[in-house]
Amino acid sequence: MTRYELTRSPGVRRLLQSRWPQLTVQAVALAGLALVIASALLGTPVGNRNFAIVMVWIAWWAALMLVAVPLLGRTWCSICPLPLPGEWLQRGAVLGPRGRGFGLGLRWPKRLRNLWLQNGAFVLVALFSLPVLTQPRLTGLLLAGLVLLAIALSLVFERRAFCRYVCPVGGFIGLYAQAAPIEVRVRDATLCAAHATKTCYTGSEKGYGCPWQVYPGALNANTYCGVCMECLRTCPYDNVAVNLRPFGADLSEVKGRGLDETFKAVLLLGSGLAYSGVLLGAWSTARLAAANIGSIDWLVYAAGFLAFVLVLVPAFLLLALRAGLWLSGSRLDILRAVRAFSPALIPLGLSLWIAFSLSFLFPNISYIFPVMSDPLNLGWNLLGTAGLGWTPYGPALVPLLTVGVVLVGLAWTSRRISATAESLGGRAGLALPLLTAAFVMAAGALWLLVF
Amino acid sequence: MSRASLQSLARGKLLPAVLGLAGLVVVFSPSSAAPASPVDRTLRLEARSFEYSPSVLTVNRGDRVTLEVVALDVVHGVHIDGLGVEVTADPGQTARLSFVADRAGAFTIRCNVTCGPLHPFMLGRLSVAPSDTPWRVVLLAGLAVLFGARLPPPRSPVRGASAGHLAP
Repeated sequence: MTRYELTRSPGVRRLLQSRWPQLTVQAVALAGLALVIASALLGTPVGNRNFAIVMVWIAWWAALMLVAVPLLGRTWCSICPLPLPGEWLQRGAVLGPRGRGFGLGLRWPKRLRNLWLQNGAFVLVALFSLPVLTQPRLTGLLLAGLVLLAIALSLVFERRAFCRYVCPVGGFIGLYAQAAPIEVRVRDATLCAAHATKTCYTGSEKGYGCPWQVYPGALNANTYCGVCMECLRTCPYDNVAVNLRPFGADLSEVKGRGLDETFKAVLLLGSGLAYSGVLLGAWSTARLAAANIGSIDWLVYAAGFLAFVLVLVPAFLLLALRAGLWLSGSRLDILRAVRAFSPALIPLGLSLWIAFSLSFLFPNISYIFPVMSDPLNLGWNLLGTAGLGWTPYGPALVPLLTVGVVLVGLAWTSRRISATAESLGGRAGLALPLLTAAFVMAAGALWLLVF
Repeated sequence: MSRASLQSLARGKLLPAVLGLAGLVVVFSPSSAAPASPVDRTLRLEARSFEYSPSVLTVNRGDRVTLEVVALDVVHGVHIDGLGVEVTADPGQTARLSFVADRAGAFTIRCNVTCGPLHPFMLGRLSVAPSDTPWRVVLLAGLAVLFGARLPPPRSPVRGASAGHLAP
């Protein structure tokens, strides 16, 4: 597959190696986070009038899902404000390795070096998502809690343990970043192999060892690369590149995929479907139950949600895979087949989340303008937009976009399923049940979102 | 031209073109669904935090619809996406919204008055029959599967080795 190296331009390389541009954006993001938390805790409790709710769950979420993840992969992680206070404390510096940091610097426990904790964190947040999405105090407490947790983990463990192993959004972004047309990779892996000190991992006077605990010389997918550019700074041979590449270049990579990552692809696909039905479907029963935390209704909803995303969807896909193995007469080990086919679900999962986000963004985007003028609900009118009322945008366009996005995701997933079946030596029978399963899930999502 | 080359050509260019053409036919073919004779239809829609009852309303294309919107607790509203009609209902009073359902399909009903924490999720649906859009979309989804599955696979479908290198 062809790549175009962006860092071939000396200007681009210098820009990415310099800490100032990144720090400037991080400072703006951190100030934004502080304003969001202040607004969440001190502003109006009315969600659609509160700066925190509107800017986080409409503006930021839409920007993340519609632009950042599909086009820029994990780039958001390089400026995300949540881990910054903890990281700066850990390093004892803001601009490069010069201070003496704080913390114990312990290694992350071996048993937890996987995505299971992140998968659990995502499910936990998903269970409480409707109250968090609509109640400013809960959003504020969640964000403040994540900052405190990131600080605590930075002071106990080395590097970005929070981002790599705990952050529920990070796992989500990491999975779908594999579809993005951008990557950080080494130019020549043999040069890395011969480099004794491995400064990209251990650090040097020019930068820190990879905060994400990744050895760039062996990097083969975007999942765990936080695009922080430290390896661009520490490599003495300028052997690290930022490349433009075809969409989904990582999806054909099967090496190193564990069951944790495989399960994440299934979990997020099922969650995308569940969110479409519960949050945006016409039927309010599940929605009201999801909002009523602690009630019997909520317990029933929680049990149903967990059963759907943890049992029903995985079982459905596993059944399709088993049927494919049976139809094709393949003797392939089921776990190997699960690992090989799971990346094929990523395009469909991503398209469902984009479709869900489109369906939520357009009708609610007009809430952004008033809160920009009066972020703390103090009666300000900074931009002259405080009095603007609610206007749903693109009511005719949204269903068309939704259908288009899901169809593209379905075609892309079908292509990956077919290619994976072919590479495993399976005949058409191997792919057919999974193709049918993908079709059923896409049609189900469209029924929930559009019909 | 060898048989393999012909097969490759058919798979690489001919099939996507045929599927694309089939997709255009599915999208642009005239509707075969015959609407029932239009009638005057009055429907009662109850609004309470944060739901409509019934949550799905069904009418026929061409019907002259009057919604009698009754807010049961606080002020609620009805905005129908795509039709661009709306009304506000005070508690205890019946607000009327009249329109002609001149387009078939499914339209989201939203509350247009901030009514509490779940206000953005106070949703319902107006279904204007007969609509063959769902079947068209199902057909398009089927074509999308065929299109994706029958495309030639990428040059290196599954790379087992490290992909840390740049391709030459």
